[in-house]
Amino acid sequence: MTCHSSNPTVSKSDRLKRIVLVGMPNTGKSTFFNRLTGAAAAVGNWPGMTVNFLQAQITIDGQLTELVDLPGIYDLNGFSDDEQVVRDFLEKFPLDLVIVVLNASQIDRQISLALQIRALGLPGVIILNMADEAEKYGVVINTDELSQRLGAPVVLISAKYGKGYSHAYQKIAWGLREQQQSYQIENLEACLVDCGNVTPEQMQSTLAGVVTIPQNIKTNLTTRLDRLLLDPILGLPLFFLGMFIVFWIIWNVGLPAQGLTGELTDWLQKVIIEPILQFFPEIVQNFFIEGIWNGLATVVGFVPLIVLFFILMAVLEDSGYLSRSAYLMDALMARLGLDGRSFVMQMMGFGCNVPALMGTRVMRSQALRLLTMLIIPFSLCSARLQVFVFIITAVFAGGNGAIVLFSLYLLSFAAAIATAALFQGVFKNDEPFVLELPPYRFPTWKQVIVRGWGEVKHFLTRASGFITFGCIAVWAVTNLPLGATGLDTIGGQMGQFLAPVMAPLGIDPYLTLALIFGFVAKEVVVGSLAVIYGLNSLAVGQHIAETVTFAQGYSFCIFCLLYTPCLTTVATLLNESKSWKFTLFSLAFSLALAWIASFCFYQTALLLGFS
Amino acid sequence: MKLSELKSGKPAIVNQIQSSQAKEALAKRLAAMGIIPDKPIQVLRKAWFGGPLHIRVGSITEIAIRRQEAKMVEVRYL
Repeated sequence: MTCHSSNPTVSKSDRLKRIVLVGMPNTGKSTFFNRLTGAAAAVGNWPGMTVNFLQAQITIDGQLTELVDLPGIYDLNGFSDDEQVVRDFLEKFPLDLVIVVLNASQIDRQISLALQIRALGLPGVIILNMADEAEKYGVVINTDELSQRLGAPVVLISAKYGKGYSHAYQKIAWGLREQQQSYQIENLEACLVDCGNVTPEQMQSTLAGVVTIPQNIKTNLTTRLDRLLLDPILGLPLFFLGMFIVFWIIWNVGLPAQGLTGELTDWLQKVIIEPILQFFPEIVQNFFIEGIWNGLATVVGFVPLIVLFFILMAVLEDSGYLSRSAYLMDALMARLGLDGRSFVMQMMGFGCNVPALMGTRVMRSQALRLLTMLIIPFSLCSARLQVFVFIITAVFAGGNGAIVLFSLYLLSFAAAIATAALFQGVFKNDEPFVLELPPYRFPTWKQVIVRGWGEVKHFLTRASGFITFGCIAVWAVTNLPLGATGLDTIGGQMGQFLAPVMAPLGIDPYLTLALIFGFVAKEVVVGSLAVIYGLNSLAVGQHIAETVTFAQGYSFCIFCLLYTPCLTTVATLLNESKSWKFTLFSLAFSLALAWIASFCFYQTALLLGFS
Repeated sequence: MKLSELKSGKPAIVNQIQSSQAKEALAKRLAAMGIIPDKPIQVLRKAWFGGPLHIRVGSITEIAIRRQEAKMVEVRYL
């Protein structure tokens, strides 16, 4: 049964043959894509499309072929952002073959997608993934008969373990050979109105006699684990324990690893860069080291953290626990217009904001994602912690440091909650909360590593230019005019210029200059103070203790916590949101919030007689 | 009765999804998730503080759904 109004434009061209992957979420579509493409996949931009897709060129049957992984969708007729994206893609770009990836054990409902593709008259190969799981559930599928009924090859595979993979490959090659033309449906919306509605009867008649699914499944690992992990009383404490463990790993493995790469780049600078540069004038040396090299080193420093973060993410997500955390936290988060996954990302943001922002990609609603990305930069990350520890030690004599630090963590949460509450109406998440809870699965090492590596590659290609540019800009501001230091530089003059704005916060021009440095990375703030005051770091502490009151010090901490996040975070914000408007809005809002919070605190402190 | 009123652990059957123009998107999603007339459905557990329901549709698909959204699904006990 093919739709009559469906009118695929058929063309023959010299371009590469194009295969697209469609499938429902949680079907292992990406795992299958990774199997097919190996390490060749990259993120591609398509004209007129708002999202990027993973794509790769692979050789099938001796012919170079383009493979595109489209976002997971439930229904070609659906209303979600992803479903719109897939429709747009099918309308705009010609293709030669559609691979429909379905979860074999859920074929009773997922077959609708295959029927929709067929109704559109597109050539397809149906991949029934997770054959291993289906077998455990006792699901039996007669693929030959089903293939006859659908008029398309049907292959049972397990992408995770590579079972049935070569068979699938043969069928795909066969499908490509059969297709001498390309398909593009320009009137897709109209076609879908005509024939896109698959009735339950159609689904049943397609599957009757070829698929058997047991009525009752036995108690298995998933039902047993859920009884414990989703327990109304134990569920939340166990979730927080899990979060704590993740946090602990980032803290104790990721951050030291970042330190190690820092030492490595320092060593390279001393042993290779500096000896080469010594033949150049000082200004060139300074520019190269503080500007360009510093930018590169900053980027490289994030690599181990991102790898680790995405290993943890892959474990959380692929195991099925991430969706369950959304279930557990929903009662609380729904009131803020967020869901439990936002909470997980925000917690991870306390280690480092950058990978947490990248991790928001698991949320498929754009509004929900943007709202989550708006609050993550308020997470008190490890770099900011270094600044606070330094200032607190200098300004707060006695044993109150821990309380002060704790209060900053509370403020970090409060800022995030207030921001979400304030903007949930703007970034209105109208996607319904109906989330599949897949069975618990053990991710394979290969899945985990492919994920970590892919994310690092993505980060390096997207962020390094922006960050190096930012480092050069800050270098220029803080080193020019030539020979100037401290308050005589452009940055110092900016600090003085901003004095009327910053004075009500108790932040003097020296500290303002440090905040300008901090735009690159918060770690830089402490080091920059030494440069600004022209003292060594020990003396800087004493100097600050003498010149900065505790109210001023705390006000500085508040400002540092809330104002524009580091350059890498900004670059990531831009990459992930793909919107300058959103990125600038986020920057402006955090600056405004920082100013207001510091102002309120400092003026209240003055009123109460603290100075 | 409504899915949101179902007792945990009691097997039931889907009657229909009550859809209106405004809820069409949700109705489509629920159908794609397998909530269609005559399908077996069961509430496995309910989260505290008015949190979502953990339900099973058919014999394998498990879904978390907010109580508000579960009100759209009409069911009857088996």
